[in-house]
Amino acid sequence: MRASEAKELYSKFTTRKIVFILAGLGSLAAFTLFTVTIGSAGLSLSDVAHALFARIFPFSNIESTHLADVVVWKLRLPRIVMAVVGGAGLAVSGAIMQGVTRNPLVSPFTVGVSSAAAFGASIAIVLGFGLIGGESYIVMTNAFVFASIAAFLVYGLARIRGVTGETLVLAGIALMFLFSALTSLLQYFASEEQLQAVVQWMFGSLSGASWENIVTASILLFLCLPFLMKYSWDLNAIASGGDEIAKSLGVNAPRVRVVCLILAALITAGIICFTGVIGFVCLVSPHIARLLIGADHRFLLPCSAVLGALLLLVADTVGRNIISPVTIPVGIVTSLIGVPFFVYLLMTRRKEYWI
Amino acid sequence: MRLEIRGVHFNYGSTPALEDVSVEVGEGEVVSLVGPNGSGKTTLLKCINRILSPQRGTILLEKRDVSKVSLKELARLAGYVPQSAARSFPTTVFDTVLLGRKPYLGWAVSARDKDVALNLLRSMGMEDMILRDFNELSGGEKQKVLLARALAQEPAVLLLDEPTSNLDLRHQLEVMDLICSLAKGNGVSAIMAIHDLNLASRYSDRVILLKKGLVYAAGEPGSVLVPENIREVYCIDTIINEDSGKPYIIPLAPCHTSPPAEAVQQG
Repeated sequence: MRASEAKELYSKFTTRKIVFILAGLGSLAAFTLFTVTIGSAGLSLSDVAHALFARIFPFSNIESTHLADVVVWKLRLPRIVMAVVGGAGLAVSGAIMQGVTRNPLVSPFTVGVSSAAAFGASIAIVLGFGLIGGESYIVMTNAFVFASIAAFLVYGLARIRGVTGETLVLAGIALMFLFSALTSLLQYFASEEQLQAVVQWMFGSLSGASWENIVTASILLFLCLPFLMKYSWDLNAIASGGDEIAKSLGVNAPRVRVVCLILAALITAGIICFTGVIGFVCLVSPHIARLLIGADHRFLLPCSAVLGALLLLVADTVGRNIISPVTIPVGIVTSLIGVPFFVYLLMTRRKEYWI
Repeated sequence: MRLEIRGVHFNYGSTPALEDVSVEVGEGEVVSLVGPNGSGKTTLLKCINRILSPQRGTILLEKRDVSKVSLKELARLAGYVPQSAARSFPTTVFDTVLLGRKPYLGWAVSARDKDVALNLLRSMGMEDMILRDFNELSGGEKQKVLLARALAQEPAVLLLDEPTSNLDLRHQLEVMDLICSLAKGNGVSAIMAIHDLNLASRYSDRVILLKKGLVYAAGEPGSVLVPENIREVYCIDTIINEDSGKPYIIPLAPCHTSPPAEAVQQG
């Protein structure tokens, strides 16, 4: 093979990855619009279109009914946008945590962030005790604060023995069990009603989504994401060779690991404090992305984000329509839909990538 | 001198691994570190690469103290080839070699970075494999890719940790030939830890024989790899065949004159 041919082969490979990500973004946008039109309110396509455009172009003369306006802008869209932002953020967070620990089984679950958030939420629900914020916000603020505390605790514990991938995972698992035990303890003493609220929270659901929640979660995601993207090559070095190789390539592996871990935990905390524990999407989206386009973090992070958003949105749409008007919590549906798809990809995987 | 190691001491906790080790490597020189398991070969390589920091002594790469340069600069001076690659997430051969450009890269990959990586892969006859998954390669192919990654750093010195230990005979010779031709052709110096005394003898300009963290003997292969030294360091009896011009070592049996426990320290 001549040099020019080999170079062209590689640039085609890169182009295919970019095209794939853009196509994913396109389908996400299309599916987002599609999901606005479905629901139990029985609105027609034109009702929804009118409601959408009446607000997007306020000075045009598009008229919308009050009912359509409320259903689209207060009920459906917050939920849909939260699914997109949440799915994207959780997937990125999972990809980062798997990369810095070089461990495909790791997710914000395994490093204790999710169970700490659950514990924070349980304190608020059962004891009515909040660290910051008024009565109606304490579940969220507690979840966020405890998730962040867990991230720093994991780092602190790992630091004592050197911040390697293994120590992070072990410290994280220890914390996960600690917080799960504490949550169980609270549940043991909780009233019937409180217990139900805790369990409900831990299912993970998008029912409580509001525009304020979305703005908060998005700000965290879009503040952290550029930094994580900037570390793409460092993450590649750590993920492909381990710490010694990364160091010999000029990468300060422990520092990159800590910074990325904390940023990923912040993104996760910013989402699950509003949605409850949605676990599967952060574990599986990065794997699907790797099977499809490979492990180069420059492309893996955006691709995971798009796939995570799609997965969560599809799951939530199915969850709220399959036995409508009952809504199945998205945390449950995500696994029910994601597992068969993931297993299919694993079983049919070829030696080369899919694209 | 490309590489000057002066009076380096290193302890793992209270266990000394290197004691007062001094080694010099010139431009285009191939130097082998030999010695039993636990004699300090790998430790010395890791000290040069700052994966470990020696307690005493200095290491100069291109006249610069490695303990004082940034990691990025160090990565431009020394390329490290590990014994074998840990399995990782799927990565193409080309992307693996491109990682060697990390010390020069911003975020985007320049045309020059791609040229460097591609030329290295072509010189190893691997241009047809650029999009293969690194994990799916054979041991010999992997070793060549790792060598290409280290060379993509455009280093002054290559550090190799038993580059032939997982390879069949043909790949052993191929990899060693490659290292020597790079040294002679491009002036890249190489210092390698190696177990196979015959490969060391055949391909090195100089051999450094380590015993329990001390330099026991150093010099041309013919002067270092003699039965007395090997007996003293490895505690085995050998005969040397010099028909090919370089000493060829034929091990006979472990010798029982000195207690074996002394030679076989923990690895």
